[in-house]
Amino acid sequence: MTAATAPGAAAPGAAGAPGHAPGALPATKPRGMFARGLEVFLENKLALVGIALLVLIFAFCFLGPLFYHTDQVHVNLANEDLPPGPGHPLGTDANGYDILGRLMVGGQISLEVGLAAAVLATCLGTVWGAVAGYFGGITDSVMMRLVDALLSIPTLFLALVVVSMFPPTETELILVIALTSWLSTSRLIRGEALSLRVRDYVQAMRVMGGGSTRAVFRHIAPNAIGTIIVNATFQVADAILLVVALSYLGLGIRPPQTDWGGMLNQGLNSVYDGYWWQIFPAGIAIILVVIAINFVGDALRDAFEVRLQRR
Amino acid sequence: MVLLVTVITFILLRLIPGNVAGAVLGPSAYRNPAALAQFNAQYGFDKPWFQQYLLWLGHLLQGNLGYSWTLDQSVASLLSERLPKTVILVGLSTILALVVAVPIGLWQAVRRNKAVDYTFTSLSFLFYAAPTFFVGTVLILVFSVKLGWFGPEGPQGGIENDLTDWRDLFLPVLTLALVTIALFSRYMRSAVLDNITEDYVRTARAKGASGKRVLYRHVLRNSLIPIATLLGLSIPGILSGALITESVFNYPGMGYLFYQSAQKQDYPTLLGFIIVVAIATVVGSLVADVAYAVLDPRVRYA
Repeated sequence: MTAATAPGAAAPGAAGAPGHAPGALPATKPRGMFARGLEVFLENKLALVGIALLVLIFAFCFLGPLFYHTDQVHVNLANEDLPPGPGHPLGTDANGYDILGRLMVGGQISLEVGLAAAVLATCLGTVWGAVAGYFGGITDSVMMRLVDALLSIPTLFLALVVVSMFPPTETELILVIALTSWLSTSRLIRGEALSLRVRDYVQAMRVMGGGSTRAVFRHIAPNAIGTIIVNATFQVADAILLVVALSYLGLGIRPPQTDWGGMLNQGLNSVYDGYWWQIFPAGIAIILVVIAINFVGDALRDAFEVRLQRR
Repeated sequence: MVLLVTVITFILLRLIPGNVAGAVLGPSAYRNPAALAQFNAQYGFDKPWFQQYLLWLGHLLQGNLGYSWTLDQSVASLLSERLPKTVILVGLSTILALVVAVPIGLWQAVRRNKAVDYTFTSLSFLFYAAPTFFVGTVLILVFSVKLGWFGPEGPQGGIENDLTDWRDLFLPVLTLALVTIALFSRYMRSAVLDNITEDYVRTARAKGASGKRVLYRHVLRNSLIPIATLLGLSIPGILSGALITESVFNYPGMGYLFYQSAQKQDYPTLLGFIIVVAIATVVGSLVADVAYAVLDPRVRYA
């Protein structure tokens, strides 16, 4: 990982020098932070593979159904458990749904829930952590003790209890996952906020009469953006895996809707009959998405680290 | 801390829609309000939630965790029955994970950016991304259905069966270990890479220590520090993995019971188990902190 950052960190300094007046500080701010970060990001081949994979998977799930028409609502028992063949490239499942088509529809839910839950969890965690870290003292203690307490119950256990009481709709699933997974984000951001709030520019803004709200939203949160984005990326992967785990336990989205975890759950019922095509497509799709997101997340972390090193 | 957990869990369980009496007595009970009321009175559900909580807490302090009405057994006896099963599963797989992950991480770091490194990095990404139950199912398909080497179902009954039926225990342990190996070996790799560039390595080399000696005596020992910390902090993750693994292999441990109790809205059992999990997590991070200070003399808590 560090191998990729080294050339990226060196190059802009050398390239930017001629554009500036020769002085005591030759390589000051040659290009925007963003450009340098982007450069490091693009040099990471795994990140490009990850992006390409994600684009492909999104296109497959959201554009695929426009070209590949299947009935994913009505059960057709005449078609149940067909092996892959003409008409059904990946076979059919126990309800006669075409697996390729179901992979697209299920993927939409998995991706939507993963993304939405991660964005929500990140927003909540950021605000919570920034407020706690910025105010410090007793506010911080109370807010973070709550986080610590909730953190000591594994997310899956927490989500499991909530979801088991009622089969959730897509929105409810997003809410449950977001509400159970913002905790680690808030801890990270609190750490950032603790170090950011004593910075001179925040102090200066306070002296000029800026309020706490302004400090949190205009200064603390934006300056922690690197941590926030990197964390959000991994949150997406975690959220997708959490949905999958819940669906596997039979507590996911209601039929006839499904997600990749639901497909796995259903396929597992008959996999010992030799219907391998009912679990591998969804399993592989999940692995690909999570790997791709992790590649992108790692590369983003490297890119933002460059930014931090040069600050 | 653990006390706060119990309050939160208690409130959470009460906030959730659903009627305990209805869940226990079955749907037909709704036609019989008297039975519902009697059940509620018997278990104290007619009182406000904080009274219920204090009642429950009072029992807890006397060592009474409550009574599981779906399994007709006291929560304490359920715990003593199921907890050792999970401890064995989690313990064995963590030991296996360490034994495998530490050498792999070290090897990867030494052969950095070589074929070995890339192979294991890809493998660890693969297992980190794969849902636990998918790994478990594939393992069952290959080793149990195809090859017939190991049993498809975890050992049933008490812990003594875990020893006699070790062939059944192998796959659950392996499933849980694979995911943990993926995580640990990545940490180990980066820890070794960090240490290899340290000054003390150069010093050791300069005074004439052989490459092997530097690696094993200096780098390895220093790289194990973050792993010890990670071990304490990954307890909640491993327990979640255990929940899934146990339900894949029908292994009657704590996680599987938790899952069943959640479906049956068995509050006393859920509360009892969340307390155990919370204690394990808190103890885990405490041990991680202590281990960090003991293993690394540079760390001093002021």
